[in-house]
Amino acid sequence: MHPKRKRNLAATVALLPTWFAAIVVYIGTMVWSIRLSFTDSTLFPSSNYVGFAQYAKLFSSSKWIASLQNVLVFGVLYVAGCLALGFLLAAALDRKVRFESAFRTIFLYPYAMSFVVTGLIWQWMLNPTFGIQASIRSLGWESFVFDWVVNRDMAIYALVLAGVWQGAGLVMVIALAGMRGIEGEQWKAAQIDGIPVWRIYVSIILPQLGPALAAAGMLLAMGVIKTYDIVVAMTNGGPGSSTEVPAKFIMDNLFGRQNLGLATAGATVLVLGVIAAVAPFRYAMHMRNRPRGAA
Amino acid sequence: MASPHPNGPRPARLTAGSIGLYAFLVVAALFFLLPLYTMVVTSLKTMDEIRLGQIFALPATLDFSAWATAWSGACMGTVCVGIRAGFWNSVAITVPSVALSVFIGAINGYALSLWRPRGSSLLFGLLMAGGLIPYQIFLYPMVRAMANINLYNSVPGIVLVHVIFGLPLVTLLFRNYFVSVPEELCKAARVDGAGFWRIFFEIMLPMAVPMVVVVSMLQFTGIWNDFLLGLVFAGRDNLPMTVQLNNIVNTTMGERTYNVNMAATILTALVPLAIYFLSGRWFVRGIAAGAVKG
Repeated sequence: MHPKRKRNLAATVALLPTWFAAIVVYIGTMVWSIRLSFTDSTLFPSSNYVGFAQYAKLFSSSKWIASLQNVLVFGVLYVAGCLALGFLLAAALDRKVRFESAFRTIFLYPYAMSFVVTGLIWQWMLNPTFGIQASIRSLGWESFVFDWVVNRDMAIYALVLAGVWQGAGLVMVIALAGMRGIEGEQWKAAQIDGIPVWRIYVSIILPQLGPALAAAGMLLAMGVIKTYDIVVAMTNGGPGSSTEVPAKFIMDNLFGRQNLGLATAGATVLVLGVIAAVAPFRYAMHMRNRPRGAA
Repeated sequence: MASPHPNGPRPARLTAGSIGLYAFLVVAALFFLLPLYTMVVTSLKTMDEIRLGQIFALPATLDFSAWATAWSGACMGTVCVGIRAGFWNSVAITVPSVALSVFIGAINGYALSLWRPRGSSLLFGLLMAGGLIPYQIFLYPMVRAMANINLYNSVPGIVLVHVIFGLPLVTLLFRNYFVSVPEELCKAARVDGAGFWRIFFEIMLPMAVPMVVVVSMLQFTGIWNDFLLGLVFAGRDNLPMTVQLNNIVNTTMGERTYNVNMAATILTALVPLAIYFLSGRWFVRGIAAGAVKG
């Protein structure tokens, strides 16, 4: 027998609790939930299998469809907004500015706050009666409208605004770390060629930050699929269903409406969504790394 | 908004470009600071003052009564005991969760990188995949399982849930840390007859103190800020501060007292903010380390 095997016994034992968590909690509960999604369970689990009936019901629910559309709109704008603002902030701080660390602290502090706090702050800022709208109107601009949280058509953008405020700092930190890792030689060469600074950032720096920004984007996208707290705190899905999101739909059906089969079907769809979002990224990473390893 | 990037070569002194650059930074800083400022001034006003609709105006007099109410008298539905209970619940939940998950994460990272027993990469892969899965798919079976072992709606129960769902992040961070430790160090100790645990406690853990600090801060912030798991698993008597805050602010009974709401919001954000402001660079290191995994 391999002598290493025996020495590894302690290591194996040390990892047992984690094995337990991975197999029983992660895989076990997931299988249980997926199984429930094929039953007609309501308040209690039932073992009456109904095939894909819950999925059919799910996708014929206008609320679920609305929540998918909402999370798509929110997700695209939130991730794009965080990446764009984060990159701009990093590029600005990269220009050897004064008070760099003070600015960095200011841009990142919202990331330390919870989504509940973020949602409540912005709910108050956007309050149409006492918030920004009222303040601007009292300055004399009587027709000024900034009622996003209570406006069906705009509420989802209010969530984007709050989300970008909270998350842009994360992208800034990652992008800035990447920019600091780029050699000065490239800068000198580009400047000797007389390339304008903004062109250097767009054509030379941005492509090199690709992997780091992709990682940041994926991190944010994972958060999008899980979006729940910020919606509950800021709009609670309203007005109407204009800010309903899948995670909230599932929670409502799981604990509020006692609709276990439908909720687990929704959760299964959410997991498939994560796989669909991550797989291409993983594959791209895999393909990138392979030739480098071979060379 | 002004262009953030100056044109032409690096400016030596004040140019249109550098003015544009600083203008952009200052406008951005205002955007990020305005909510914090608004929250603080609102919490120091009286309701009469708030009704004037001047959200950015400084308070006429400093009135701390909203803070006192938020702490010990704000209402959740019909119960008016303030956010104090939530604060202590959050402390009771967060402290053991952080201690346990950091400890287990350090052991995992050490075992997975320097010992690599059979199945290590499978376990690591499972954890990383598990870390991506939305909690919603775990919730119902977890609730049933916790109820079966009498831990549902209890502090030990919610602590266990936080430890389990924290495993992917803490394991990843510690594994990445210990991977950079020279393997010879571990081998030499083994030749000297030290075993798995002795090497861990006497060599690896003391060496990993910076990582322990970073991971602790990340976990503390994350668990303090959690809403979903606390809502589902903690039970009525142990609801964390975030859940109680939401109950206070979004309660539909009676007139909304915005000054109290904002004071309660600040109180809830205070602990993570304090960690952030006191430890700035460590926090940044932590989120950078957590983000690189992709």
